[in-house]
Amino acid sequence: MSERERKDSPEQAEFRAHCRQWIADNHPGEPEVRLPISALEIMTPQQMQYLQAWQKAAYEAGLVGCDYPEAVGGGGRQDCQRIANEELVAAKTPYFPNIIGLGMAAPTVFHHGSDELKARLLPRLFSGEDIWCQGFSEPGAGSDLASVQTFAAKRGDKWVINGHKVWTSLAHFAEWMILLLRTDKSHKYDGLSYFVVPIASALGKGVTVRPLIKMTGETGFNEVLFEDLEVDDGYRLDELGKGWQVAMTTLLHERGAGELVTPRAGGLKSKSAHNTTARAVMELARNTPRDGGTAADDPLLRDRMVRQAIREEALREHQRRARVPALTDHPMRLPLQNKLLNSELSQDTASLALDVMGPSASLYLADDNAPGGGQWPMAYMNSYGFTIAAGTSEIQRNILGERVLGLAKSK
Amino acid sequence: MSQPNNYGFEEEAAMLKDSARRFFAEKLPVDQLHALIAADPDPERSPEVIWPEALWAEMVELGWTALAVPESAGGIAMPWVAVAGLLEEAGRAALPSPLLSTLQVTAVLAQAGAAAAPALGEIAEGTAATLAFMDVSGGQQVGAVVVEDGRLRGQANFVQDVGKCDRLLVLAREGDGTALFWVPCDANGITVHRDAIVDLTRDQAHVSFDAVVGERIDCDAAQAWAAAQPVIWTLISADMVGAAEWQLQTTTEYAQQRKQFDRPLGFFQALKHQLVDTMIAIDESKSLVYSAACALNHEPQRARELAHMAKASASDTAGFASGRSVQCHGGIGFTWECFVHLYFKRQKHSQLLWGDAAWHRARLAEMLIDRGARAA
Repeated sequence: MSERERKDSPEQAEFRAHCRQWIADNHPGEPEVRLPISALEIMTPQQMQYLQAWQKAAYEAGLVGCDYPEAVGGGGRQDCQRIANEELVAAKTPYFPNIIGLGMAAPTVFHHGSDELKARLLPRLFSGEDIWCQGFSEPGAGSDLASVQTFAAKRGDKWVINGHKVWTSLAHFAEWMILLLRTDKSHKYDGLSYFVVPIASALGKGVTVRPLIKMTGETGFNEVLFEDLEVDDGYRLDELGKGWQVAMTTLLHERGAGELVTPRAGGLKSKSAHNTTARAVMELARNTPRDGGTAADDPLLRDRMVRQAIREEALREHQRRARVPALTDHPMRLPLQNKLLNSELSQDTASLALDVMGPSASLYLADDNAPGGGQWPMAYMNSYGFTIAAGTSEIQRNILGERVLGLAKSK
Repeated sequence: MSQPNNYGFEEEAAMLKDSARRFFAEKLPVDQLHALIAADPDPERSPEVIWPEALWAEMVELGWTALAVPESAGGIAMPWVAVAGLLEEAGRAALPSPLLSTLQVTAVLAQAGAAAAPALGEIAEGTAATLAFMDVSGGQQVGAVVVEDGRLRGQANFVQDVGKCDRLLVLAREGDGTALFWVPCDANGITVHRDAIVDLTRDQAHVSFDAVVGERIDCDAAQAWAAAQPVIWTLISADMVGAAEWQLQTTTEYAQQRKQFDRPLGFFQALKHQLVDTMIAIDESKSLVYSAACALNHEPQRARELAHMAKASASDTAGFASGRSVQCHGGIGFTWECFVHLYFKRQKHSQLLWGDAAWHRARLAEMLIDRGARAA
């Protein structure tokens, strides 16, 4: 029995046993379709359908949304999602496809939506039947998110929306979008409001979704155009002009620092899955010829590989230390570093892998001689998505400096 | 064996850490510390042992020297995470004292079996001690002091805080093996040559042994030394983490209060991001220190690897936090009157002692890359 199991309450222990048994009986096994590295890169309907069926089964067994009340389709439990996640990941299951729904939309709708909206939207979000996407960034509003210009004008008892959202992952599968927009042009922050809006059912009727192509050549995210999309006032979250505060709930959860634990599965290695740890780079170095020996003999590369291993170990430890108040000076100090550290760590590890490979790092996916199938250069390029999305590393440093260290705000 | 979720850092450890912080804040605020140890800025001054000596009896009274001593030898036997917590606070206070060296000596003795019980008992009662064995390179191999005809000969270098200690724990080479001796600092044949050092919060010496008769501690000294090394690295890393927290906090306060271009310095991202990067570095080291300290009691098979990581990380953090503390203070940070130099110097000393970051990473490369290959 592991240490964390020993800490389970009787309710948690019973729930853990249920999760373990259900997963053992219902693990979907190796999929027929190739799965991308994360839900944000899902490209084909076949991938999506396979993953949606898996999420629905897990939801119906009570492993998704466990800590939400039953009235909104949750399990009505306390501190049990963490346990379901532990069991799902330990059993190396496929991930859940509704990543933005579970991680960002659900806690936001739950904290700021009307009872009617919660009861209507959350069950199909948890089951994965409705995929969600996020409409925050715009061509003119990146790091300065509060400068969004997408506008909702009041017409009778309806709102009419016009604007342009970018970097919208999963929009091509989405039924719903969480949408930050402007209802008042005279106040930057207090002029923002927050809606949930239909996407799939409004395609061609005020909504257009177009793929954007990443520097790797893959698609995966989109731009979304709104032209006179008409929505009910009932789709608004919280009060008019409170959009910024609602968006903070979303972003806190996006950065892994929210109070509601995001339902999470994963760990299943599909055949083409790519391991981007320091250990993987060490293995790569041992198999890469260099100057009559291998890259693992090079003292400078050895030092850099060990540095990465140290950073990885510390990051794992942060998860544990964040739960020991006596060893943390500020409750948000470690949680708010999470996204920044993870994204910079994987970028530096991928960059190091390319240096270890030497000129072979020039070979890409279609080259039979590419070490690791050309996945390392792909991972390196993709790593910039993570240091830019969800608040750039520079914005993350501002947030840490202002919220944790109490330094003067940049805006 | 796996590590507990809370590092085994129980209520008692939290109380110890908290009371140590309050003790230092009350008894040794940085302005008083500066007035005491930094009275003479002359870079050519002769080495002297200046420290708040009266506090030592209080620290002994609080039981701090008995913390890591087994109960069988009259100690309290707290886990190493609790000791790390105490030393983090001592580092935060830049405490000049033989506490660190005494706890490091305790780590060796605690591995030395029944024969070490009398020495451990003396430590529990307040005897201050320090390790003596290093050669002129400051490396961690034994051999600068040798046993000939039962007597100690040679010179131990970089002996820490010996001017505040009563006893030396000498690691000596005897034939092909290692021997452990417990020796009074003023024994016949011992000469202490004080080093003139940069760090004002410590004293250091090279100690020569001319046919010194010491008390032999009969044990497998090589094994005891190998097992104690991860403790030694972890404890000095805890000190560096605490000192770096002081550097971060003090520099942050300055950046909040000092204005240029009509804005507090911390408004500017060029400074804000440096302070955040300092915090990130501290947290990396701190997580590794407590993980290593926890492993010493709960996951001994990983203790060496984690302690190498802690010392490598803490050494880099100490250097980075020190550089940023002076740079972000601007002109005043470069002066003797600004307190940051005390920590800057202490950190540089700790950074280079007991293996610098590159040395620890080289050992990790052997463990993770070369041995990893054999395992694979």
